[in-house]
Amino acid sequence: MVVLGLVVGFPLLGFLLLLAFGRRMGDPGAGWFGTIAVASSFVAAVGTWIFLLTKHGSSRTQVLHLFTWFQAGGFRVNISFRADPLSVVMILFVTGVATLIHLYSIGYMKRDARFHQFFVYLNLFVFSMLVLVTANNLPLTFLGWEGVGACSYWLISFWFERPTAASAGKKAFIINRIGDMGFMLGTFLVFMQLHSVSYSKILPGAHQLSTGTAEAIALLFFLAAAGKSAQLPLFTWLLDAMEGPTPVSALIHAATMVTAGVYLMARLSPILALAHAASMTIAIIGVITAFVAAMAATAQTDIKKIVAFSTVSQLGYMMLGIGTGAYVAAIFLMVTHAFYKALIFLSSGSVIHSLDNEQSIRKMGALAKLMPITAWTMIIAWLSIAGVPPFSGFFSKGSILEDAFGRNELLWVVGVVTALLTAYYMGRLVFVVFYGKARWQEVTHGHDPHESPRIMTIPLIVLAIAAATAGLLNLPYSGLRFLHDWLAPVFGSSLVSYHLSSAEKVLLPATDAVVALLGVLFAWRLWRNHSQRRELEPAVLFRGWYIDTLYDKTFARGGTALAKFTDHVIDPTVIDGAVGGVAWLFRWVGGLGKKVQSGLVRSYLLIMVAGIVVVVVYVLVSAAR
Amino acid sequence: MTLLDWLIALPALGALVVPMMSLPTENQKLVRYFGIAISLAELGMAIGMAIVFKLHTSSYQFVTKVHWIGAFGIAWYLGADGISLVLVLLTAVLFAIAMFAMKGVKDYRAYVGWMLLLEAACMGSFTALDLFLFFVFFELTLVPSYFLISDFGLGASGRAAIKFFVYTFAGSALLLIGIVSLVFIHDHQTGHLTFSLPALMHTKLPKDTAILLFLAFAAAFAVKTPIFPFHTWSPDTYRAAPIPAVVILAGVMAKLGAYGLIRFDLELFPATSRELAWLMLTLGVVGILYGAIVAAGERDLGRMVAYSSLSHMGFIVLGIFAFSTEGLSGSTLQMVNHGIYTAAIFLLLGMIYERRGTLDMNKLGGLQKKAPIFAAVFILVVMGMIGLPGLNGFVGEFLILLGTFITHRWWAVVAVLGVVLSAVYLLWAYQRVFHGVAKDERSFRDLAPREALLLLPLVAIIVFLGIYPIPLLSRINPTTSAIVHHVKTAPALTNSSVSSAVASITTGGAK
Repeated sequence: MVVLGLVVGFPLLGFLLLLAFGRRMGDPGAGWFGTIAVASSFVAAVGTWIFLLTKHGSSRTQVLHLFTWFQAGGFRVNISFRADPLSVVMILFVTGVATLIHLYSIGYMKRDARFHQFFVYLNLFVFSMLVLVTANNLPLTFLGWEGVGACSYWLISFWFERPTAASAGKKAFIINRIGDMGFMLGTFLVFMQLHSVSYSKILPGAHQLSTGTAEAIALLFFLAAAGKSAQLPLFTWLLDAMEGPTPVSALIHAATMVTAGVYLMARLSPILALAHAASMTIAIIGVITAFVAAMAATAQTDIKKIVAFSTVSQLGYMMLGIGTGAYVAAIFLMVTHAFYKALIFLSSGSVIHSLDNEQSIRKMGALAKLMPITAWTMIIAWLSIAGVPPFSGFFSKGSILEDAFGRNELLWVVGVVTALLTAYYMGRLVFVVFYGKARWQEVTHGHDPHESPRIMTIPLIVLAIAAATAGLLNLPYSGLRFLHDWLAPVFGSSLVSYHLSSAEKVLLPATDAVVALLGVLFAWRLWRNHSQRRELEPAVLFRGWYIDTLYDKTFARGGTALAKFTDHVIDPTVIDGAVGGVAWLFRWVGGLGKKVQSGLVRSYLLIMVAGIVVVVVYVLVSAAR
Repeated sequence: MTLLDWLIALPALGALVVPMMSLPTENQKLVRYFGIAISLAELGMAIGMAIVFKLHTSSYQFVTKVHWIGAFGIAWYLGADGISLVLVLLTAVLFAIAMFAMKGVKDYRAYVGWMLLLEAACMGSFTALDLFLFFVFFELTLVPSYFLISDFGLGASGRAAIKFFVYTFAGSALLLIGIVSLVFIHDHQTGHLTFSLPALMHTKLPKDTAILLFLAFAAAFAVKTPIFPFHTWSPDTYRAAPIPAVVILAGVMAKLGAYGLIRFDLELFPATSRELAWLMLTLGVVGILYGAIVAAGERDLGRMVAYSSLSHMGFIVLGIFAFSTEGLSGSTLQMVNHGIYTAAIFLLLGMIYERRGTLDMNKLGGLQKKAPIFAAVFILVVMGMIGLPGLNGFVGEFLILLGTFITHRWWAVVAVLGVVLSAVYLLWAYQRVFHGVAKDERSFRDLAPREALLLLPLVAIIVFLGIYPIPLLSRINPTTSAIVHHVKTAPALTNSSVSSAVASITTGGAK
């Protein structure tokens, strides 16, 4: 199991060495070093996978125990890592995507004043993410959980000279902390009920929980997941997070960190399987988030904001899967989403990069001929996320929708409408950015945008291949459900049971395909020759349903006012005044009436010291005797 | 003489020697080296103690007992259990750092002398097992801290020093009354006049008397900690005192209060502690939230950290009165953690003040661009304070909340809000001071080697205790589980009327 240690160890080592010598390695040395650290981790992850392939049954869960982290009373928590089918899927796609994004970043961050620091944070992030997914107990998962949160904070505010970037980083951290309360309380409740926080004990022992407790635990952890995975009502930070450099958006705010909430729920599936009401709540919140965010995505003009809302929407789908008990489908969507969404961000980054950091789609257009690789990879990503067969999204989103249909038709209806919106808003992005008239002249000051360097396009091509073909991981035919069979030891007992008639088995995927093509068609009809349509971009959607504005007006301003009032008025007058008043009362009653003078205090104290010195000398003398 | 005797005697002797060192002004620095040498010797002794300290036992170690003022049953009685041990370690570390941090002082003799006396008093307070002896040491800390604040402080330090003195002295007066009453009652019951803590633990008290005594003890400790609403001296004091003194005031002396609650309130009045847990838990939780809210409203970094301290000490109070080993161990560990990161943050604030002459957040800004290493150390310490797992603040906070959740669920549920609030005010402050673009052209020097060396041990401890706190916890746990057991199993007290309680105090325990 040393190989699992290497998976986590390489990025840690990379982080430490970059921290110490990164400045000297410089640009691009530090970037290559960071990339190699993560690539080595990927190789080790493949090694872990092969190692598990040689095992069978329950021995596919292996634990690497290092040392006791902390312990008091009946509570003990270890630094120990777990390789099982679920964590192996996670480490494979995390390290794989992270390697490509590291590589891309060498090109994207070129000539940035803090180039080496970027890779310091990026390696620390990968380390934290790997701890998160391989930890064998709740507190260690929390260490990774908070670690990725801190890295997200540092990377969102990477260009901290911009006040918006600084605020966005802080906001992300604070909103995530709201969720973290749920993580901590959930952990406490688990410990109280099961007397352990180790997955080796609590997952097999989950059935001992009463239904009520299981519901409470599930909802507490879902609060944490809603923060990290940007679900209603805590999703607003993810939009602001787009202030970070685009590779960060791709790695952290699309492919990996934001899916940690989904991973956590999947990890705790034995508890979730007992909590039916909580599961239904999660499914409903998930599908509403998916719909609300997809609507908002249709009206954005900042390319990264479109993609950010799209990410929120896709995370909603994953939560829908979690809530309906379709854990395999949720993980499947997570993996395929990591490919196509990372690709969408990196392609967007390629466009932004070539247009001198312009992000408004109004100032793009007609870039397909100038940037063919970027355009084609983006189109593949679009068809994948839209769910056009045979691209990966067709299979992964399809299996989520199928399971939702089995659970509740209404969930399925909302999900299908959202799928239509998805194909449409991404189509809008593709047509407005890559086709139509060129509107970027004033941004580029005359010169033509050009395709990004090879170090950036190679990751695009690799991801495009993955996005197109990842459906092969889990085809809906018996014998070809590789992911399903691989994950069976983890989710086996809790899989959904429903029966679809043979007609439904044909009609459901057919509907998905038709809806996807309809979305593509609408986008083509409406946006092929337009870059602006006010009637399709209402303010309420553009402003994200005014949810962020509402929070700002109530919590942020109200909180600030409360803090200032407490600091300026309550503490100095009420609290200090009360204590001072009592003191005054005593003096008045005692008839002292005099103020305590500085001189008085001094002489009193000096006499006290003199007395004590005498006593101490006396003691020492008597002790020495 | 045992190690504990030396631990107190060495700095006390040093404090006696320093005023006698008549040196020409250009050799004043020798006094500083003398102070550093003694504080390092103290650190060596403290580490030695930790190494030979026996694990798996909750009894006092390194015990020394000499009859002192025999007629009153007062003894020079010292001993250390796990809680004392880690606080002695903390004291030794922070005094060594504070001695190194001294610079640019006019009168080194007075400064070093007071610091050494303060160190002796703190060491004594953490190890005294005789109530009278404890009181002497506890009071003795007041004297040097008063002079350090008033004579070496910044700005309106005279006023702050008096406020500090009046508050803490009022608390101490109640403590003295409490000690004397308890000793009288015990004498009356057993005919044995003693100030020894283990003996006084067996005093039988009527319920109302016990409540009054508990409160008399708690008042003194509440001021020192500080616990809401007895905290208003602390922002003024922390803001006005010179940095090495604040390191001690906030880092070490605040722990005297929390230590006193455990050592005296829990051990002497276990049943009453159970009875009044709701009150102390509530004050702790209010302190957590109130301190955090006020900290968010502050513009001055020094005052903000003072209020953040109020909030963090609230967690420690919570863990003490949760009556679970997890909570009490968490509180004890958190005392060390809080001491370490508070010391680090105040040193950093001192460096900002030195460079800019202000700690007003609105007048600072953009410092990360000018001093990236300074900013990196600052954010690391801030993350420790926020309780980021992997850094020291997390482990204590987690154990406290867990321990409280097990026994007093709803207090923990409210207190966990503090986890969010600490991120709010600390990251907001960080943003205002370090992010953005600098408001003026003045340069801001990055960490000098001397400053880096000062911070390095603290930063190393912050990381080390975040990942591997077991060396401390394995020494703390036996003691805390014994104390929790003591509190939980103490028989409940019977009722008696208030008038008899008062009578029992005024007449020396007539029941």
